[in-house]
Amino acid sequence: MKKIETIIKPFKLDEVKEALNAMGVTGMTIMEVKGFGRQRGHKEIYRGAEYQVDFVPKIKINVVVDDAIAEKVVDTIKKTAKTGKIGDGKIFISTIDEAIRIRTGETGIEAL
Amino acid sequence: MKAKILLIVIALMNIAGAWAGDEPPTPLSNKAAIDLVQTHADYVWTLVAAALVFFMQAGFAMVETGLTRAKNAINIMMKNLMDFSMGSIAYWAIGFGLMFGATTSGWFGTSGFFLSDFTAGGDSWVLAFWMFQVVFAATASTIVSGAMAERTKFSGYLIYSVVISGLIYPVFGSWAWGSLFHGQGWLEGLGFIDFAGSTVVHSVGGWAALAGAMVLGPRMGKYTKDGKIKPILGHNMPLAALGVFILWLGWFGFNPGSTTAANKDIAMIFVNTNLAAAAGSILAMFVSWVKFGKPEVGMTLNGALAGLVAITSPCATVSPLSAVMIGSIAGVVVVFSVLFFDKIRVDDPVGAISVHGVCGAWGTLAAGIFNMGGTSLKIIGVQMLGIAACFLWVFPTAFVLFKLIEKTIGLRVSPEEELEGLDFVEHGGNAYPDFEVTSYGGMSTAGVPGGSLAAASVGYVGASKKIEAT
Repeated sequence: MKKIETIIKPFKLDEVKEALNAMGVTGMTIMEVKGFGRQRGHKEIYRGAEYQVDFVPKIKINVVVDDAIAEKVVDTIKKTAKTGKIGDGKIFISTIDEAIRIRTGETGIEAL
Repeated sequence: MKAKILLIVIALMNIAGAWAGDEPPTPLSNKAAIDLVQTHADYVWTLVAAALVFFMQAGFAMVETGLTRAKNAINIMMKNLMDFSMGSIAYWAIGFGLMFGATTSGWFGTSGFFLSDFTAGGDSWVLAFWMFQVVFAATASTIVSGAMAERTKFSGYLIYSVVISGLIYPVFGSWAWGSLFHGQGWLEGLGFIDFAGSTVVHSVGGWAALAGAMVLGPRMGKYTKDGKIKPILGHNMPLAALGVFILWLGWFGFNPGSTTAANKDIAMIFVNTNLAAAAGSILAMFVSWVKFGKPEVGMTLNGALAGLVAITSPCATVSPLSAVMIGSIAGVVVVFSVLFFDKIRVDDPVGAISVHGVCGAWGTLAAGIFNMGGTSLKIIGVQMLGIAACFLWVFPTAFVLFKLIEKTIGLRVSPEEELEGLDFVEHGGNAYPDFEVTSYGGMSTAGVPGGSLAAASVGYVGASKKIEAT
């Protein structure tokens, strides 16, 4: 099983979610996060004083999927989350040792 | 309209008299009855205006909390609740007597404490007049809470509230307004013009605010060692704007209500008030646009208030065109004043010193310059004397008061308490329990404004559960 962590622009959430649902990924966890890569932030002004806002709001999506569809999931995310402009985000893939469904106790791929 | 009312009154009285078998009406009894209607109208207008000015307390509370961090919101509410409540009691007990009591010296009154001028069944005018005056006293006292926000010990602030409403404000008020009741002030005797209180109310509050901000020192993280100014963002700009609108509305009681009489004079005062506020906000917006590249909301809000404060003194004695000019100049002055106080490292989270102190002085001076009956060096001189007298009485007295509080029970909270937030530390509460109130401002990362994390993430993720879950 692979864990696919994605950081995307917040307004892309619906699109990515729908595309993942459509290809058979039925569960996910999202988090509101802030961050920056090479994008950095921007300057704002408050009562005459300038300040730099480095952290940009993003959405992080975690999905855990069967190895067989992991590559397809990554491709789907790449396609739907992309705008072509700076700040589109990143995808990280790691291996999951075990997954368990709390209600039934199922493990492995049945738990996903 | 007045003729119609007169006719109806006369007709009704004739009918009533004939029906009841009373004495037939005479011109004298008619006049008495008509005068009574005017008196009743005076009462109604004065008390409606007093209610409007009371509502300005809500305006101040919203401006202050909007421009400060969420972790201190409860503290701001408590300070505003208490400077009005404790101020009301102090003004009833001592302040009103000092301000409007009979005087031999012309420097303070010595009668009318605990509303002793009122006896059951006696003339109620003293009650209506007191009600109008107490909300003015409360306005002066609440001005200071904004400049001292986010780092003041609550107990220290309570003591201050009693002293400003009980002593500092009424003494100066007696100099300028004493003769409105039983007193007689030396300043008004010289012809000092301050119709609704640019100096009596707003500069008194503004200079006390300056003293408080100086004794307290700036908030942690506001100014860096290498001279940079780090903005500490307010947590709710819509509340700040709501506050300004409420204050603008309340000012329609503040200025025209100062006639304490229902007559046609109030029309021009209403118009002048509105024009000055509008001009102030427009000019402040333009100045911020030119200086910072974008029209900035904080400065624009301050500009509206600056215009309102400035027109408060001249509102009854200048033309509407003059009101536009007075408000415009106030709108420009306030922007530069806010920047100035930041530059000299006097931390004023809401701009109270600039809006009320500086623009109060400008408005008082403008009352001399733009005086409809003509101006003169003497008139302007008296205005400047009043401005100076106010500063020389209020600033040292308030400074000493704050120093005394600092040396005894303490005026400022500890650095740990300031970082934690006054809501939890002073009041054991959380203003927004459903939200993540994280403040990243303070000593560690002084550059990142507090409150923006929660605000920005809630704003960007439109369908966020955080908003819907409340």
